[in-house]
Amino acid sequence: MSEAILSSPTVDSRRRKALGFLRELWHDKAGFLGATFLLVLVMTALLAPLIAPHDPSDQELVKRLLPPFWEERGSWEHPLGTDGLGRDLLSRLIFGSRISLLVGVAVVVIAGFVGVLLGLVAGYRGGKIDRIIMRTVDTQIAFPGLLIAILLASLIGPSVRTVIVVLAVNGWMIYARLTRGVVLSVKETAYVEAAEVIGCRPQRVMFKHILPNLTAPLSTLAVLEFARIVLAEAALSYLGVGVKRTDISWGLDVASGQDFVFNSWWLVVMPGVVISLTVLSVNLVASWLRVVVDPSEREKRHALRQIRSLR
Amino acid sequence: MSGTEVPERSAILEVDQLKVNFYTRRGVVQAVRGVSFDVYSGEVLGLVGESGSGKSVTSQAIMGLTELPGKVISGDIRWKGSSLVRGSGSRELMRRVRGREISMVFQDPMTSLNPVFTIGNQMVEATRRHLGLTKKAARERAAEMLGLVGISNPRRRLDQHPGEFSGGMRQRVLIAMALSCEPDLLIADEPTTALDVTIQAQILELLAELKSELDLSVLLITHDLGVVAGMCDRVAVMYGGRLAEIGSADELYATPTHPYSRGLLLSTPRLDDVRPRLVSIEGAPPDLVNPPAGCPFTPRCARASDRCSDEDAELREFAQGRSVACWHPVMPDDEREGM
Amino acid sequence: MSVSTSNNHGHVPDQADSPLVEVDNLTIHFPVGKKPLFGGTQRVVHAVDGVTFSISRGETLGLVGESGSGKTTTGRAILRRIEPTAGSICFRGRDITETRGEALRHLRRHMQLVFQDPYASLNPRMSVLELIAEPLKVHGIVNSVDDARDQVCQLLDRCGLPADAVDRYPHAFSGGQRQRVGIARALALQPDFIVADEPVSALDVSVRAQVVNLLQDLQADFGLTYLFIAHDLSVVRHISHRIAIMYAGSLVEIAPAGEIYDHPKHPYTESLLSSVPIPDPPMQRERRRIVLEGEIPDTMEPAIGCRFASRCPLVEDRCRNEIPPLVDDGSGHAVACWVRS
Repeated sequence: MSEAILSSPTVDSRRRKALGFLRELWHDKAGFLGATFLLVLVMTALLAPLIAPHDPSDQELVKRLLPPFWEERGSWEHPLGTDGLGRDLLSRLIFGSRISLLVGVAVVVIAGFVGVLLGLVAGYRGGKIDRIIMRTVDTQIAFPGLLIAILLASLIGPSVRTVIVVLAVNGWMIYARLTRGVVLSVKETAYVEAAEVIGCRPQRVMFKHILPNLTAPLSTLAVLEFARIVLAEAALSYLGVGVKRTDISWGLDVASGQDFVFNSWWLVVMPGVVISLTVLSVNLVASWLRVVVDPSEREKRHALRQIRSLR
Repeated sequence: MSGTEVPERSAILEVDQLKVNFYTRRGVVQAVRGVSFDVYSGEVLGLVGESGSGKSVTSQAIMGLTELPGKVISGDIRWKGSSLVRGSGSRELMRRVRGREISMVFQDPMTSLNPVFTIGNQMVEATRRHLGLTKKAARERAAEMLGLVGISNPRRRLDQHPGEFSGGMRQRVLIAMALSCEPDLLIADEPTTALDVTIQAQILELLAELKSELDLSVLLITHDLGVVAGMCDRVAVMYGGRLAEIGSADELYATPTHPYSRGLLLSTPRLDDVRPRLVSIEGAPPDLVNPPAGCPFTPRCARASDRCSDEDAELREFAQGRSVACWHPVMPDDEREGM
Repeated sequence: MSVSTSNNHGHVPDQADSPLVEVDNLTIHFPVGKKPLFGGTQRVVHAVDGVTFSISRGETLGLVGESGSGKTTTGRAILRRIEPTAGSICFRGRDITETRGEALRHLRRHMQLVFQDPYASLNPRMSVLELIAEPLKVHGIVNSVDDARDQVCQLLDRCGLPADAVDRYPHAFSGGQRQRVGIARALALQPDFIVADEPVSALDVSVRAQVVNLLQDLQADFGLTYLFIAHDLSVVRHISHRIAIMYAGSLVEIAPAGEIYDHPKHPYTESLLSSVPIPDPPMQRERRRIVLEGEIPDTMEPAIGCRFASRCPLVEDRCRNEIPPLVDDGSGHAVACWVRS
């Protein structure tokens, strides 16, 4: 049986795959910039105590409402100025990244876990369980999230934990819907049927055969949701139903800066810019991710580059 | 038309050293590597090959339907003497010719028709654009064509959607659409592969009738040697992106010269086959990312020599209307003498 | 009722015990659309209607039909993937029509499936080793995939694949090779019975014979019993001992393989045979073809009379009003036709 096998061995196929992804990222300039910014953000959050020039909670009423360094009254001691209580804005922004990232990751993980699990069961089992779960999804979506936030904040008081709970309770449904959709279509493929015919139990079929198909769509969704959560936390904190007033959050900064917005514009603009850049970067990375996990899209891009280089 | 005569008429389609590449991440797939053949007016030419032979890529290139990651990189395709791919007027010519003088029928009738619009709507669109007919005249023509392909109650059917037709009927509709602009050449790419065998027989019979009634040329692309035997005047066999053999159907089936053609015919299961065991060709088609320097069939060929793996044979005419690309073809005389 | 017949390969099935698979009056109706809220009956597709046949141990029954014939549904029903609406299925002498849950999982060790699509039936994320070892792992025959390595290599060898294929992934293989992997996987549990659902339809012509020959060899070596489902009469001839023809949910003719080709009795079988093109231009031109008019009937209506009546060249009044029973002529050749039996 002298038939050649078409492709190369599997040993370094994973490494080649990873390198391939990075190369694609390099070609997608926007995605690359976004990823770079996010990397910087993560490093900032991790190394906050080392990077921040001052203690973010340190009040120096003498030095209140100082402008950024490029203005007349500003100085390099407080590069982005100070707020109404004399706290250094740059340090607050640096420490604020911690909450944003923490909340973002925590909510995506919790909501994602619950949503994917429910979506898997609903899609695979079908029938009554499917109907019950989907009806729950529909009901929950109809509920106004803000109302839940206000309710919970008044019940258990605002805090990081509250924010995470509120956003998770409000955010699992989209994962469930997506998962169920993918499961319904994958369920019909021959290799899933093959697994059942061999005698695999339902759990094995769900986790070993169906679940891996979700990596691509889920990763794109998770990244986009992350952006939405960062924004949502800022909004909730701004409204006063998010984190504690003594925590450090970009949203809180915007809220407290409101009162001084006409004379001390930097107190609102700086946190706003940081929030925007974060959300923008995440969306750029999500765009790149969407293309990179779709093999046919990658082929097309590759072909285009090849043909252009031939000319 | 008997299958043993070589048509005396002129060539309406000339494919000249066509090369098509696919730029994939795995590498550059040389799907078509220098294919040349002509289609004469009034004949049915069968383009036969298995997966990886390049036959579908060839037919798509002729219709200008090559899409990324594929690209026609060299060679020419001429319609009635004018190029469809080279030169300044070629794009305009292709647009004029496609759908009007050259029509195509694809394999899967389910995906070729838009489920949202009625059949009448889709048929009228083509004739109005190419022939400039009024809406009323176009509708009349559409009904006429549906009748021609054997659909009863054509006027009523015009207002139905594709979903209301069965697979065989849909294929008839596609044929009607393809013929409504009175093309000179019909390219049928696996037109009956997705159909049941009894429906296939109906469609093939229909195509044969239409071909003689409308004096149509047909380029029939398929992997089914039985279908080709019933329909085609001449046959071109493709393998590994190249043409292996070309000649009249009767002669090629009776005395195939290229070892691949021979193997293909021997391994095709036949209804009247009483041999104890089926014969196959060992191995599999070559990977066209790194096509071999020599003849692509070499690893599977019992007659292969060193020359075969070093040098690819060109298509050489050895008898009236018959050509083969092989260093060691089985000549008809050899066979008669029992060699 | 089965007669000792040898297929072209010269292999004779075992007549000693009772049949391995017995299907009796199998009927499968699928509900279509929504259940009507106020009265009225639920619309159903009559996919399979009163099909009866048996398969002896070591035999290959070719089940041939076009789309809508019910052949695939019948195969799936025998494997208990689809619930029958009526009728019974017996396997190894035991009624398995109601078998479910763990008992059904155990049953799977004895009956397996080879799929039509070699590209879709292998999980692209699993290596060949994992794919073929999975049945062994799932039934507790081995503890881990690595323990199964030797067995898997043996199976690969028996199916004509090189030993280094074990660690590769499906995308590295051609269609024919992938199908061999599928066959090796079906063999892993050493089943008695394999349903081969159009196993070569999606393969290149020159490769079909490889797979059919492999299946024949495996049958001889392991005493396997096959239900070979196909739409192509040219392909089943070599491997089948007997052939059954289905049309619109009913079994219309069943006979030893050679008989179907040489002396077909049912008008549908005749037209099916004449519709299959033969790769021989002069012969194809000379052939008398019985080209059927019309299409396969709508199986949403229950059958009143023979389903083939609307297209049959020999149709009589009786055919339209009474469903003909499957009648054996005594030599193992049975046909369901008022005119021809």
